[in-house]
This record gives sequence, C-alpha cells and structure tokens, in this order.
Amino acid sequence: MSDDLYRDIILDHYRNPRNRGTLDPADYSYEDVNPLCGDEIRIDVRVKDDKIDESAFSGRGCAISQASASILMEMTDGKSLDDVKAITKEDLLEELMVPISPARLKCALLSLKVLKAGIYGVGHEDED
Amino acid sequence: MTATTQPSTIDGLAIRKDFPIFQQAPTEGRLPLVFLDSAASSQRPAVVIDAVSDFYARTNANIHRGVYQLSEQATLRYEEARHIAAQFINAANPRECIFVRNTTEAINLVASSWGRTNLNPGDRILLSVMEHHSNIVPWQMIAEERGATIDYIPLTGDQRLDLEAFDALLKNEPKLVAVTHVSNATGTINPIAEIVRKAHAAGALVLVDAAQSVPHMPVDVQALDVDFMAFSGHKMLGPMGSGILYGKREILEAMPPYMGGGSMIRKVTLEKTTFADLPARFEAGTPAVADQIGLGAAMQYLSGMGMENVRQHEIELLDYALEQLPGVPGLTAFGPEDVNERAGVISFTLGDIHAHDVSSILDSENIAVRAGHHCAQPLMHDLGVTATTRASFYVYNTKDDVDRLIAGLHKANKIFGLS
Ligand SMILES: Cc1ncc(COP(=O)(O)O)c(C=O)c1O
Repeated sequence: MSDDLYRDIILDHYRNPRNRGTLDPADYSYEDVNPLCGDEIRIDVRVKDDKIDESAFSGRGCAISQASASILMEMTDGKSLDDVKAITKEDLLEELMVPISPARLKCALLSLKVLKAGIYGVGHEDED
Repeated sequence: MTATTQPSTIDGLAIRKDFPIFQQAPTEGRLPLVFLDSAASSQRPAVVIDAVSDFYARTNANIHRGVYQLSEQATLRYEEARHIAAQFINAANPRECIFVRNTTEAINLVASSWGRTNLNPGDRILLSVMEHHSNIVPWQMIAEERGATIDYIPLTGDQRLDLEAFDALLKNEPKLVAVTHVSNATGTINPIAEIVRKAHAAGALVLVDAAQSVPHMPVDVQALDVDFMAFSGHKMLGPMGSGILYGKREILEAMPPYMGGGSMIRKVTLEKTTFADLPARFEAGTPAVADQIGLGAAMQYLSGMGMENVRQHEIELLDYALEQLPGVPGLTAFGPEDVNERAGVISFTLGDIHAHDVSSILDSENIAVRAGHHCAQPLMHDLGVTATTRASFYVYNTKDDVDRLIAGLHKANKIFGLS
C-alpha cells in the first residue's frame, strides 16, 4: 500500500516544492498545525481581480502534507477565489493520485484547510 | 553492557502462541505482523481475554451490593484481583491499590484530591521535562486553580534527569515530586529510589508514573518507598480500562474522595455524607470489574514468566537493536546508551524523513511502530525535533523482529533516495 503512497509525484513535490516561501505583504495569510503529527503549513496569497495572482506555502512536516501543499499551489494558480472555495477534499485527493489511508488524511488535507481558512477568514477553518 | 544476570528464559516466538492476535493470518498480500508498539498498548494473551469473558459468562453481577451468590462471587473475584495487584508491586496492603481506568485517571485523582487539599498559593510542585502529558497537564490544571508553581527537572544531553539540577530544585521545597519511572519516548530509566530518598529528605511526597516500568521490570513500592504510583493495565497485557493507583495508606486515608456517588459512602443523609474507607472511597460507581479481573490474570501470567526474565529478555533485544541500528544510514537514536539505564524503547529519527513517512513505509512491511511526539511535546522540544519514530519491545518480540525493522528502515532510505 505505502509503496504506492510514495510514488514519484509525491516525492517530486516533496523534494522540489512549487511556490515554497512566504509573501509579504499578502492579502490572505493563514497557518495551522496538525496536532497529531505536528505538520505545520502556512499559506500566503496575493489576489488581483478576484483571482489568485501569487501564492506561497511554508512550514514543515511529512512528505504527504508538504507535497499536498505544493500540489495545491499548482491547482489554484490563477484561479478565481470562488473556484478555490469550491475545491473539495476529493478534488485535492484526486490530484495527489495516491491512496491515502484514514490515518494520513489529515496530513493530506491540511493545506486545503489552511488555504480555505485564509480565504474565508479565520473561524471557518474546520469543516470535517 | 548487558546486565550480568542469567540469559532470559523467554522465547518470544513460543510466547506468541499464547496471543490470538499473532495467530491471525495477515491480510492478503501482507507479511506477518511485527508488533513494535507495546509502549502504546500491548497485545493480550488468551488467558486475559478468557478471564474477561469468563467473568461475563459465569460470575457476572454487580459487586459490593447483592447478597445473592453471584454478586458475592463477582465481588470475591474483583477483590482477588486487587490482592494479586498488591502482591505484584509488593504493596503492604491491598487497600492501598485503588482500581482506576488508566495512568491518566490515577494521576488526575491525586492531583484533584491531594492537590486540592494540600496545595496553597505559593506552593511548588516538581515535575520533569521528560514527562508524558498525563503527568504534566493535571498538575498545570490544579496549580492554576490553587495558585501553585511548577518547576521542571531539566535533562542531560543523553536524555537522563539532570540530578544536580534536581538537588538544586529541591531547595525550593516542593510539596510533591511527580516523575516518570521510565520515559515512554526515550526509554530512560530514572533512579527512583535515589529521587525518593532526596525528595523525602526535602519534605516532599513522591508520585511515580510507572506506566512504562511496572509492565517491564520488577517494581517494589515498599523498597522504593514511593508515596503514590500510577500504571495502566493495557500496557501490561491486561484489558483497556484497567489500572491501578497505589498510595500509602495513611496518605490516602487523609485524602477526600475524588468523585461522589454510589459505593464510596458510609452513610448518606440529605444534609451530609460520611465516606467509606479505602479503597471504596475512591471507587465511586460501578467499576470495570471484568477488566480489573483481566488485569489480575495478566499479572499472574507475567509473574509466571518472572519479571526479572521479562526485563532480561528486553535487555537482550535492546542490546541487539542498539548494535544493529547504527548500520542504517542517517539514523539518530535518542536516550541513554547503557542498556541498564534504559527500557526496551528506541526512539529515533531517520535523516530528514518525517516520522510519519517512516512509519507508513514500515507499515507497508506490516511493522507497527509509533510515530509522533509520544504525548511528550516538552521532551520533543528538548530534543529539537517535532516527532520521532519509536520501536518498543515486549515479551513476544524476537531478534527477527529487529531484523525486519532494520530492513524496513533501509527501504525507507531507498524510497527517499538517501542510500
Ligand atoms: C509514561 C506514560 N505515562 C502515562 C501514560 C498514559 O497512560 P494511559 O493513556 O493509559 O492513561 C503513558 C501512555 O502512553 C505513558 O507512557
């Protein structure tokens, strides 16, 4: 099972993350942790014409959480805020293209939780 | 390095026959299970499972209530388990063994009951940096309520208690020292007898978190002279929901109840209640009768092997593992190197691979280890890591298990391109 989990796409994004870093100033910034394993993710976003103009993530954690953040950056680049709000967990999991066991779901979905919490404003972070 | 005792007579492979979980065929396509997470919760032998089901099948009734035969039998077996527990830790009197659900409940009981009556503004409590959260959080809660202050014994570079700092902190005259016997995250065995002697000389009581010691080595509460000791049944082959708070009789007798309700009273009127004697005073409501009986069976099973033997078996595995592990590129192991100062626990990091990734890859080889902060975040902070991978041993483990672990770690390195 886990052999599949660590397929090239995950390792590639983990080793060569897209949009890694921080943006200052940013229109939206949010960070959160996965208390179970201490994964940390922060996402900064700049918006132009209601579209994501620039985004960056930082933090540390397991390959799954970090690769998923990198993949999410690719997915949302240039998208409208409404489109980003409409991204579901299933959408992100599909992009990861690897089977995620229940124990690792929180790792895989942390980045989406952070991005949405940032865009919606703090307080709407938990939807599970 | 090995302790100079006889070789262990325990054959892990033979012992597995007593454990139904190891008789189960692995899920299709998976290798046989290597279970290296007993520090989180052990497996249970058939004698324990049977003791629980036998209680329900043959002597089930509420205890201390009915005057009919079944209830009397149930009560008898429950109290028998208490006697077994008292013998197991050499308590002077079975009344000093309070049945609780787990270590966490035992510590909360002391923090609430003893803490509320004995801690006053300005008083101090002394803990250590290596404590499990369950020996930190209850004290923080009661300290805040009572206006008391907590000090922490720092650690040495190899994750042992800094005893010089301990001596200095005792000058603050803490009312209580609460420390773990064995660290669940590094395996460090603390010198409890020495700690107790010094703490008593400074006028402090001592609570020992024995969650990781009582299951793995002989522990004698009278020889150690501890005032309180807490441990869980589920980490020592017993049922989940079983556990013991040991306390010296005169100390427990001076403490008010922790919870109010049935079974813990002598007389209730609408105005006032007088409380029952030990141990009933601290066992309000219907307890986990079957589970505590199961814990008694687990203790008898362990005593049959001999706790000296259990400890020696784990020293042999530890010796072997500590010899082999440095051969894995990128591996850093924490904790004391001397196996005499360490229980069967090995916590490590593997290069820059996150502990959860390591354990997912080990899981693909059907090797169960623990990854994370091990409910000891202050200790992780001290180590400068957010998480480690932890392998822990028990009676049913073998050197083959260690070999499988090491092969799994090589595989993790390969997947992450480290070797
Ligand atoms: C040292 C130590 N203390 C306390 C506990 C808490 O035990 P329980 O969860 O059974 O209350 C554990 C269990 O992980 C432990 O290892």
